[in-house]
Amino acid sequence: MTGTTGDASGAAHGTTGATDPTGAPATASEPTASLHLAVALDGAGWHPAAWREEGARPGELLDADYWADLVTEAERGLLDFVTFEDVLGLQSAAFHLPDDRTDQVRGSIDAVLLAAYLAPLTQHIGLVPTTNVTHTEPFHLAIGIATLDHASRGRAGWRPQIASRAADAALFGRRTTPQLTEHDVGDSASISAPLRALFTEGAEVVRAARLLWDSWEDGAEIRDAATGRFLDRDKIHPIDFRGTNFSVKGPSITPRTPQGQPPVVSLAHAAVPYEFAALSSDVVAITPHGRAGTVAILAEVAEAVERTGRDVSERPLRTFADLIVLLDDEPGAAARRKARLDELAGAELVSDAEVFTGTPAELADLLVDRHSTGLDGFRLRPAGLPHDLTAITRGLVPELQRRGVFRTEYASTTLRGHLGLARPASRYAKGGDARHPEDSA
Amino acid sequence: MPAPVKKQVHLAAQLPGIHNVTVWSDPRSESQIAIDSFIRLAQTVERGKFDFFFLAEGLRLREHKGQIYDLDIAGRPENLTVLSALAAVTTHLGLAATVNATFNEPYEVARRFATLDRLSAGRAAWNVVTSHDAFTGENFRRGDFLPEADRYTRAAEFLTTARELWDSWSAGALRADAASGEFIAADAGRFAHRGRHFDISGRFTTPPGPQGHPVIIQSGESDAGREFAASDAEVVFSKHNRIDVAREFYRDVKRRLATYGRSPDDLLILPTANAVVADTDEEAAAYAEEISRELVSPQTAIAHLEAVWGRDLSAYDPDGPLPGIEPEDDAHFLKGHSVFRKDRAETARQWRELAEERNLSIRELVIEVGGRQTFVGSPQTVADAIDGYVQSDGADGFVLVPHLTPGGLDDFVDRVVPILQERGVHRDDYYTGTTLRDHLGLATAPRPAAWGGPGRPLRTGHDEKENTV
Repeated sequence: MTGTTGDASGAAHGTTGATDPTGAPATASEPTASLHLAVALDGAGWHPAAWREEGARPGELLDADYWADLVTEAERGLLDFVTFEDVLGLQSAAFHLPDDRTDQVRGSIDAVLLAAYLAPLTQHIGLVPTTNVTHTEPFHLAIGIATLDHASRGRAGWRPQIASRAADAALFGRRTTPQLTEHDVGDSASISAPLRALFTEGAEVVRAARLLWDSWEDGAEIRDAATGRFLDRDKIHPIDFRGTNFSVKGPSITPRTPQGQPPVVSLAHAAVPYEFAALSSDVVAITPHGRAGTVAILAEVAEAVERTGRDVSERPLRTFADLIVLLDDEPGAAARRKARLDELAGAELVSDAEVFTGTPAELADLLVDRHSTGLDGFRLRPAGLPHDLTAITRGLVPELQRRGVFRTEYASTTLRGHLGLARPASRYAKGGDARHPEDSA
Repeated sequence: MPAPVKKQVHLAAQLPGIHNVTVWSDPRSESQIAIDSFIRLAQTVERGKFDFFFLAEGLRLREHKGQIYDLDIAGRPENLTVLSALAAVTTHLGLAATVNATFNEPYEVARRFATLDRLSAGRAAWNVVTSHDAFTGENFRRGDFLPEADRYTRAAEFLTTARELWDSWSAGALRADAASGEFIAADAGRFAHRGRHFDISGRFTTPPGPQGHPVIIQSGESDAGREFAASDAEVVFSKHNRIDVAREFYRDVKRRLATYGRSPDDLLILPTANAVVADTDEEAAAYAEEISRELVSPQTAIAHLEAVWGRDLSAYDPDGPLPGIEPEDDAHFLKGHSVFRKDRAETARQWRELAEERNLSIRELVIEVGGRQTFVGSPQTVADAIDGYVQSDGADGFVLVPHLTPGGLDDFVDRVVPILQERGVHRDDYYTGTTLRDHLGLATAPRPAAWGGPGRPLRTGHDEKENTV
């Protein structure tokens, strides 16, 4: 296979990428297929000094109004979805250890509950909270996301994340997880190797959640006064899931949701998490640097898809590239802002994702070019909030619309709809295809 | 508004979404899972200036004779997720959820309630329950993992630990001082708890919301449960609505508060109740009869009997007499249902006696023992009864469970509440403040010295309990 996405436009773009491993820019005759756009919201933005910028609202980062303003702004920009970062423990500048810093944003609230709060305040945008899949009970995770889908009338997604910091385990006190070393965190492959078992378990958690989401078929609620039955029990199924470290009997307590299967979004940097995405996700966010890097990672994702035997024609995997963005209309202003923030932070911004500074028009050019490698879309991480979010919704989005590559209105009301993913039937449904696409994985 | 001289009636509402308290067969009955139903009921009772809206917890579908029980309304959300959504479309209404201390961990529960309290600007409440149900445990990593006695000490230590986490951020620890570059105070959120059930440490992520701690609710009836209520709870859900029994319960629980240095106003007792309101007492009585019959279909009558008898009774006529055969001691006959855990033989004997005495069929008997609507009558009659009940110290108010979703409290709010307001026994606006503690007249800063320590026996009665009347 050449593409990883499985839809028509993705396959065409995938061919371009696969036949041009040098990463040369696409030609001007590029088809104007729509690209997808999401934003990743976190604290005051992705630059560690962003909270000290003028216009930032650092005292409100854990308050409802701040998030309502951000997400309604994102919806004004017609974005596919927003993700909410979350970790169990206090944030840290170190990947593998807590730190004692007091000069960066620390403190957080539960992302699923935050997304639920925002659901009645928005109408179209997808809401994708992050949760850990290492410590929290799989049953609670499944009914929480299912409830978010009901509360948002079909706009829930889920970003499952491995709890990779050993110190997080002490917050629960029920197990220990591997303590990564300085050497381990040196590159993305060596980070994930010691965590392989947690990734395997995480994929099992997602699998159990997906089974629970299907455990009530559509139409299980019959309200049949003649027989006195509220439920058709033949349409409600135990899942009897047995994983390596846990089991879940099922069925869910929550009826099947508007989307049936809320999309699963995962962030991945190496072979192990690519495989996790190939097994578990509907959207994979990757962190390539440059056009050639994008082509190379898309190929790695495609390999992972092949390894797991996923049939992307039945079960597409959307690929989004992450970018940290600093945007200003005046040429050079964004780079100057970054320099100022770096100085405040005392160090240059380092990130897993590529950092872009420039004008919205320049970013639009870059996204259109990268899109031609076969990517489905982008998850932009605003460096400073609300500044860079507003620049996305009011600067970048109109630029993309002028280029004919981004929607001018929402064409659907669900997140699956925005992503071009059909609503699947429950795998337990009789009469349909007995084999669920996911079962091939 | 003149200062209230009479004891105030505190009102809460629950959307049940399970058990036979909801008439799902009524054409006006809408979805029990659609968010619109929750929003509609919450906004209705906020219009009626209720104290809070409550959702119980469901962790496993009930089973009957080895199969999913299909006669009652079922299919529920994760309650804190729904309450977070409701926080966005209400402004004053308290938001209460049952969360089980058995199938959760203190760090996560403390974090989720701190989140809800922040999102709602101080309106969160937690009904602490514990489960001793291996059946429910099959949905969880930990499964059935503790002897029964330990579950109560676990629940008590769970609450203590949650309080330590809420207290781990001192006031002002969230600095966000851009000029100095100090975002948080050093060590904000740091905690370490070493106890029999929990050995956890680290830093807690979430500075507490406006209430400091969410309001703590308890719903046990036993002696240990009452003692826990007196030491640690701020609201008690009871299921007593016979006035004489209720008064005795009220007196007993309030009496125990002094031991813990608390005054009677520090704990509110709110029995679960329902109300049937119509233009006249006669119409209301007729409607209440109709509801009772709707709630107990012929199939439901047999199923309830089977739950007590512990054996298949499907051959019996629901309109005929009770079975002559004796109950079997099969505790696993009906699972996930807390109502019939009592001695089956004794219950069967009482039911037979009652049926013979009053010449009741199976269905009539189940309707009879299933409980009557608490308050039935014209708006005036219902207001009189509620006010009288509260003024005579049967309760501090009620958790009203509507029999229709979501419109079942419309009449109550539109017709009974104004009468209570005219009498000065129910607020006509949220004058005392915006937090749930304000509505309940509770101190915002709890007094740590009063809290029970680890190991205090706690018996919270029924797991996933609905307080069916």
